[in-house]
Amino acid sequence: MSPAVQTHGLACRFEFGRRLFGPPRALLHALHPTDLAVAPGETLGIVGESGCGKSTLARMLVGLQPPSEGFIEIEGAALNRADPAEFGRRIQYVFQDPVSSLNPRKTIREILEAPLRYLHGMGRAARRARIDEIFGAVRLRPEFLTRYPHEFSGGQAQRIGIARALAASARILVLDEPVSALDVSVQAQVLNLLADLKAEWGLTYLFISHDLAVVEAVSDRIAVLYFGSVVEQGPAERVFAAPRHPYTRLLADSAPQVGRKLGGGAAGELPDPLDPPPGCAFAGRCPLATERCRAERPLLRPVEGDQFAACHHPL
Amino acid sequence: MRAFLKLLFRNRLAGMGAVFLAVIVVLALLTPLLPLHPPNEINTANRYLRPLAEGHWLGTDHLGRDLLSRILWGTRLSLAVGFAAALIAAVIGAAIGITAGYAGGRTDNVTMRGVDMLMAFPYILLALAIVAVLGPGLMNALIAVAAVNIPFFARNIRGVTVGIAHKEFVDAARLSGMGHARILFSEVLPNVVPVIVIAMSTTLGWMILETAGLSFLGLGSQPPQADLGSMLGEARSALISAPHTSLVPGAMILLIVMSINLLGDGVRDALDPRLRSGALSRPAAATLVERKQVPAPSSEGLLRIEDLETQFQVGRRDYRAVNGVSLSLEPGECVGLIGESGSGKSVTALSVMGLVASPPGVITGGAVRLDGDDLIGAPYARLRALRGNRVAYIFQDPLSTLHPLYRIGEQLAEAIRVHHPVGRNEAKRRAVQLLVDVRIPNPAQRIRAYPHELSGGMRQRVGIAMALANDPDIIIADEPTTALDVTVQAQILKLLDDLRRSRGLAILFITHDFGVVAQLCDRVAVMYAGRIVEEGPTAEVLEAPAHPYTKRLIACVPELGGGRRRLEAIPGLPPAVDDLPPGCAFAPRCDKAAEACRSGEVALQGQDRRRVRCLFPEPTTEAAQ
Repeated sequence: MSPAVQTHGLACRFEFGRRLFGPPRALLHALHPTDLAVAPGETLGIVGESGCGKSTLARMLVGLQPPSEGFIEIEGAALNRADPAEFGRRIQYVFQDPVSSLNPRKTIREILEAPLRYLHGMGRAARRARIDEIFGAVRLRPEFLTRYPHEFSGGQAQRIGIARALAASARILVLDEPVSALDVSVQAQVLNLLADLKAEWGLTYLFISHDLAVVEAVSDRIAVLYFGSVVEQGPAERVFAAPRHPYTRLLADSAPQVGRKLGGGAAGELPDPLDPPPGCAFAGRCPLATERCRAERPLLRPVEGDQFAACHHPL
Repeated sequence: MRAFLKLLFRNRLAGMGAVFLAVIVVLALLTPLLPLHPPNEINTANRYLRPLAEGHWLGTDHLGRDLLSRILWGTRLSLAVGFAAALIAAVIGAAIGITAGYAGGRTDNVTMRGVDMLMAFPYILLALAIVAVLGPGLMNALIAVAAVNIPFFARNIRGVTVGIAHKEFVDAARLSGMGHARILFSEVLPNVVPVIVIAMSTTLGWMILETAGLSFLGLGSQPPQADLGSMLGEARSALISAPHTSLVPGAMILLIVMSINLLGDGVRDALDPRLRSGALSRPAAATLVERKQVPAPSSEGLLRIEDLETQFQVGRRDYRAVNGVSLSLEPGECVGLIGESGSGKSVTALSVMGLVASPPGVITGGAVRLDGDDLIGAPYARLRALRGNRVAYIFQDPLSTLHPLYRIGEQLAEAIRVHHPVGRNEAKRRAVQLLVDVRIPNPAQRIRAYPHELSGGMRQRVGIAMALANDPDIIIADEPTTALDVTVQAQILKLLDDLRRSRGLAILFITHDFGVVAQLCDRVAVMYAGRIVEEGPTAEVLEAPAHPYTKRLIACVPELGGGRRRLEAIPGLPPAVDDLPPGCAFAPRCDKAAEACRSGEVALQGQDRRRVRCLFPEPTTEAAQ
């Protein structure tokens, strides 16, 4: 069976200091060429800190950002033209900030009708039936349909966002930090809803988050991004429990945890994206870094079984 | 709409403008029906009749034409031309602005530079040039005035559109299969319309004036047609001998433009969302205090918050954000205040130094004692002397708390010099030392950096350095690591922990993260709906939570290493603080709630350090053993 989503050398560069004519002053590599594959029905967790390229990856996967290189295959069909309408029927996006992803001047029904009308050309009666079905699935009361977005709490608004993504009948959802704007008690409600929907409708998720514990709880496999590259990839139960890349270990150790001493974290921060180091991007912060790490970029390679790491000296 | 009118008329001047304008517009509309002399009827025998003359209430002009009739017909024409020009300018300007703002990139650049070029000419010169090309006449004057005002609309609307075009709902519309034209009309335009209305209402008067100006110069309406500008122009020669011929159209222009401008300002204020929230004025320097009674003094603790009540009074609603919170802080102690958004934890922290914005915030009860002295209701000078000196704050987002236009060294030096009379060089030396203390590499160079040049973690270090500037006894940290990445968060937490141990600082740490509390705090207080529901030593509270809310909240937090699983959730939502249920605020979501929970007040009970606000607490460690 072909994977639900597959990227082939997908990369994104931004031009920095653009001029009216002539070439830009600098290029910023938001995402280095990346190959990822997600099987149907699987949840791939994507973890990374701000500036690691996870949101750029997500926007490319749904066609909101044209890739600079490489292409995306969705359910076996290559989509290399950035056209959200073409992507929309197969893959949908759930935004981080539920409130700003809903137009404040439209009712919930108008918001949910848009994908049915413009992606599927459904008639009025069919739209009504479909919206009722989806709205029930995300456990919201039908009277909410006539209200405006500002009347909803964050958790409710996020369910509406999920309902909109489902309305497009896409079987693959890219969830970009879907619960980071929510309080913990509500976060669990939304995560459980996502798990139920996945089981009911046979969905495939790409779950992007900076919260390691949340990603671990929902994912089958996890990819760790650092500075625009996948540095480690493997089964969810092993990536944080037995990390092979020093960065993954730093992440896992830094997560504040009840019953663990304050770690302190290694000093140092991300390298300057406009002046990237020639070798491994993590070398400057890595306790194990050698001359080789500073000169040569490590490639993602299998370390043990289906666990991959981009490191010259895996743990 | 009714709310809008109510807001509009709350502004007296705007209301007055609306009434005047309404009268003028009605008169102008009814002019053809009124029993007036024909406006262009010449009667040279009755030249320059004074006002209140027989049959001519406002007198006559140099050709003996009735001024009342001419002023009404003229007003009609001027208003029509002004409105038409404003409408044309708004439609074309908004179209340019929306397209440029939405398309962005090169289209935006080229269009807006074109608009800039148009703006580079003095407006009257440009209007004259346009009329010179098209020839004099009212229609051409209208076109000129509209054209001159297009850049104003285009620039305004473009700025707003850029903000909206990058909102997530526009991306969502693209994913819903909408084309660009449809997104412009159905997603962007409805959000821009208020701005267009505001811009129109504030420029309408200006356009009427410009049209009158062109007519005055003889480039607008042609004789014998009356409009306000041409009437003034014709009366110019008799300014001394028959002043009323200029005064009448002059007064009318004044009335129209004044009433439109007053109304326009009112419309802008009523439509502006920031003003709509009721915060029409700048917040006061310290939170308003309206206490009925002051709790009896006690001298325990370095900082002691007693029965603090802070409310937000918006309209007729009272949002009881903090509802009887008591908390104490000993020297060198770190106390965590944990809760979900809206639980009142930040408002509690801000109330300590009277930093809650007033209006709408009011402290309605309780006391905050620093070394036994009550700070609530203390004179502003005293609060100011203490703020940053003995009690310092660290906020969540240092990018918004640091001034973007000053170097961080200057800001640190200022913070020192506010409380200590030291020279510039000494202040600078201390600023460098502070950066060393918070472990910023290359401090001597970094003091010359602007906030935007630093990373989030470095900025928060500067925020901490700022708080340390005057060697405070207490630091109140309001979610200082929430906006940071985990690896940086760990660094900042470690820094705070080291600083507190080396300097004997007391820290009140506000957060929503149990993991952070567990690693940093000695004691913890859990807040829900404006009250503390449980407090005690951190390890005891986290290991054996006594309040059902604490217990279930902890269960909601996924822990690393737990593998794939279903998470616990608390059904329902916290209550709105303007409509709190009687009894326990958690009762509607609690599966142990009984009748007693929903009626009476539930007190915070327990021994001294370990207290819980629940009638049916969970078994604690001792009971379990």
